[in-house]
Amino acid sequence: MEVVLAIVIGVLYAGGVYLMMRRNLIQLIIGLGLLSHGANLLIFTAGGLRQGGAPILAEGEKAFATTPADPLPQALILTAIVISFAVTAFALVLFLRTYKTVGTDDVDDLKEMQK
Amino acid sequence: MRGLQLFSMWILLAICFIAALSAPFVHRIIPKYTGAALVSAPLAMVVWLLSKIPEVGNGHAITQSFQWVEKLGLEVAFRLDGLSLLFALIISGIGALVVLYTQGYFKGHPQQGRFMMYIIAFMGSMLGVVLADHILLVFIFWELTSFTSYLLIGFNHESADARNAALQAMLVTVLGGLFLMAGLVLMGDAAGTWRLSEIVQRGHEITEHKNYLAILILVCIGAFTKSAQFPFHFWLPNAMQAPTPASAYLHSSTMVKAGVYLLARLHPALGHTEEWTLILTTIGTITFLLGAIMALGQHVLKRLLAYTTVSALGAMVMLLGIGTKYTIKAMAAFVLAHAFYKATLFMVAGGITHETGGETSIDKLGGLRKAMPISFGCALLAGLSMGGFPPFFGFVAKETWLHALGDYPLLIVATVVGGAAYVLVGFSTGWKPFMGKMPEGLHAHEVPLTMRLGPIVLGLGGLVLAVFCGPVGHALVQPAAIAIYAKELEVHLHLWPGVNIYFVISIVTLVIGTVCYLARAHFVKGAGKLSLLVRFGPDAVYQAALNGVLKFAAWHTRKLQTGILRDYIRVTVVTTVLLVGAAFVRSGGFQGWENLSPISLRVALFGILMISATFATVHSKSRLRSILSLGVVGFCMALLFTFFGAPDLAMTQLVIETLTVILLALAFYHLPTFRHGSTKRTRVIDIIISISVGVIVTLLVLAALHVQTPTPVSDYYLDHSYKDAHGRNVVNVILVDFRALDTLGEITVLTIAALGAFALLKLKPKKEGAE
Amino acid sequence: MTSIIFRTATRYMFPPLLVFSVYVLLRGHHYPGGGFVGGLFAGSAFALYALAFSVADARKVLRADPRDVTAVGLALALLSGIPPLFSKEAFLTGTWWTLPLPAGGTLDIGTPLFFDIGVYFVVLGVLLTLVFTLGEEE
Repeated sequence: MEVVLAIVIGVLYAGGVYLMMRRNLIQLIIGLGLLSHGANLLIFTAGGLRQGGAPILAEGEKAFATTPADPLPQALILTAIVISFAVTAFALVLFLRTYKTVGTDDVDDLKEMQK
Repeated sequence: MRGLQLFSMWILLAICFIAALSAPFVHRIIPKYTGAALVSAPLAMVVWLLSKIPEVGNGHAITQSFQWVEKLGLEVAFRLDGLSLLFALIISGIGALVVLYTQGYFKGHPQQGRFMMYIIAFMGSMLGVVLADHILLVFIFWELTSFTSYLLIGFNHESADARNAALQAMLVTVLGGLFLMAGLVLMGDAAGTWRLSEIVQRGHEITEHKNYLAILILVCIGAFTKSAQFPFHFWLPNAMQAPTPASAYLHSSTMVKAGVYLLARLHPALGHTEEWTLILTTIGTITFLLGAIMALGQHVLKRLLAYTTVSALGAMVMLLGIGTKYTIKAMAAFVLAHAFYKATLFMVAGGITHETGGETSIDKLGGLRKAMPISFGCALLAGLSMGGFPPFFGFVAKETWLHALGDYPLLIVATVVGGAAYVLVGFSTGWKPFMGKMPEGLHAHEVPLTMRLGPIVLGLGGLVLAVFCGPVGHALVQPAAIAIYAKELEVHLHLWPGVNIYFVISIVTLVIGTVCYLARAHFVKGAGKLSLLVRFGPDAVYQAALNGVLKFAAWHTRKLQTGILRDYIRVTVVTTVLLVGAAFVRSGGFQGWENLSPISLRVALFGILMISATFATVHSKSRLRSILSLGVVGFCMALLFTFFGAPDLAMTQLVIETLTVILLALAFYHLPTFRHGSTKRTRVIDIIISISVGVIVTLLVLAALHVQTPTPVSDYYLDHSYKDAHGRNVVNVILVDFRALDTLGEITVLTIAALGAFALLKLKPKKEGAE
Repeated sequence: MTSIIFRTATRYMFPPLLVFSVYVLLRGHHYPGGGFVGGLFAGSAFALYALAFSVADARKVLRADPRDVTAVGLALALLSGIPPLFSKEAFLTGTWWTLPLPAGGTLDIGTPLFFDIGVYFVVLGVLLTLVFTLGEEE
């Protein structure tokens, strides 16, 4: 199971990095999205995959009978998902503003704009 | 009263720093009496130190300490023994006079408050160095002196020379400080204690330790850079860019002596070995002669004094290096003598420059005796003390010095040469500017009272100390010498030693020096050439090194920080791949597939779906298709989360995916379609880089599965979630209870991102191109 | 985007979505859910409304400025950390009180609940700040 996920993570990283190196601002943002999926899945997989059910205690019980899935990576990823959304949104707004100010969405041209 | 006694040392130190911080405000309120108000801080220190002379003289050290960081064994510990007392008295006594002098020197200057702040803070740091009893505390204060002196030398920050000199002093002393820190840490490690007072009792453990030579060399580099020893001497004359009160203080009597103090302090721990004697005596003697000879070629008042200071510091190191009972006594006496005459001469030199409208060259000065009679008197007293004429304290010190060198004829010859140079410089600064005819166009008048006080007290002091040299030797010099030597000894200073071989040598030195002064013109030429040669040495090396560093920085900034995003990503990614890859190879590559769970069909199918969607996202030429493929990846993520027991994540991921699509759709109204393609070459390189990242990350994930934490922290959360936190959903309990502070941070980040986005779009500059 | 079907559907979906978001928020301590997801649900409800009608209409329905919603949420989360300080516990330590219910039985109520509500409002406010700002861009 882990092998499959590891390969998926690798592909997500490769795709994300490749898109971030393109010249269009939007591709950059989409690449960022792929990369954050990859990172979240990486934490999730590295935390260990357990098929013992969700870390939620059943009604009326006081302790877990069998060890459930690890709750800590889940807590980390939950906030990471929300934050990466905010980052994507912020990047989007930043690029929108850049585009409107300098009139290009070509990342390479931005260097020329400095001069 | 007893409680106050216990804390008095650090309270007095704290007062210095408080006075420093309040200086600008005091200056704003009472500009005319700033000095008078602030001098109370050093004066309090002086009074306290004087009151402790009898106690310390009897061999009792005063110790005060309290815990600072207990777990690190760091404590604030101060200790006043004979050596500390001698240095602390010089620092705070001259400090008090310099503060008053500053009042006159910077009369009406708008930045006077700032200068006072620096100089008093410097004084506090210096007092800290000599009073601290904990190695790390010594080091902290040591660095503070480097820092404050940087501010002082660069006080006229509009002048490029001042800035460069300040930077040079800072770089040299701070670089030395790094060596010193390494040395101190090794020493503390070897001795097994961080308290100086304990380290000096364990000299044998350190000198026989395998790291002894390293410790010695490191500490010496630290001390030599601070005390301007060859080959690090060059920064001191350059530092004469500082305003005179700072020169008089830092570069004559205090900061530069920090290195000497430290060596003296550590003599019981590191000394009494051949290496110690060899290093210190050689370097000290070279510095002593070099400084003296280079002084001959100078005509600028302050530089003359600066080079003789270098020389004097060399002499102290030399005497310390020999390390006999007699040389240590001589060194302690010389420290005292030097502080008195050199500070006087610096202050008078500043006064002359101040009152003649900026004249600094002794060749263009003359006949000032009528205009500045009191300065003349003080300068003459100090100049004669410097030359070693009787009946001044300089003579007394020179006598003990010559006595101590009885077994070292070569060093006596060196002393005669250096001594003659001192006579010449003494005359050049204490006699030459005041005698003869006043050059035309030179106007001068006497300095104000505040600037007179220092020279009068210190100039006459050289005479008074000599007259009372017996009691002074007993009360001040002897306890200091005992602390350095770490054995009992007695100091008897005599103003009239009787006629013996050393007295004759002394007189011969005076005669040679006087003759040289009379024939100064010839000497200046010859020595000028010589000193020009020597100047090409370390100073040029420093410049070359500095330029090299700057060039290298500029080069790699140009190469690495191109301003093109792709280059940044390439650099970051390639570095990461190489480092992680190297770590893989070093750890023997990937190993062990046995812990992996079997592959289930649905996960395999989802994996294939996600990989295909990723390819579609990357490959698509249309924006909409790209985004939809990205959405597919996201929904697959959500489903994967449900497979592995993470319903919270699945829910969150689903909603977020929806929102992302909405957001992107909103933004797309405003952004153009994909228009810019890269060249094939670029694409190929990028593909190679991307694939290497993918491979490394995949390997990393598989390797991470083998990392076993002995007791996973999650077990605690699973056990206590319901019991202590009343919650069945452990993920939620972690978020809102166990790790609530993290969550608080995260929602703050969210808020900032939203406000940032809001500001970017809503708050527009009014005019195009406006800032 | 602004078809009649979409608008009508949104009009009917909107209230239940909001109620559902509060339900998800409150059940979060024992079942899947919580402030983050709840806030996201509420946010998407308003985002849908803004898409179907207009940002101005969505603002009218929300009544408050989304930035104020964020601020209120952040303040609530911060304040929920204060009570444990009175019993000399660390900031943000969960503190619980047992309240008797009028109908018999008891209700456990604790600071983590208020913290979660704070998270809910922050997420809602942040989302809407982003969506409204982008939506109003010309």
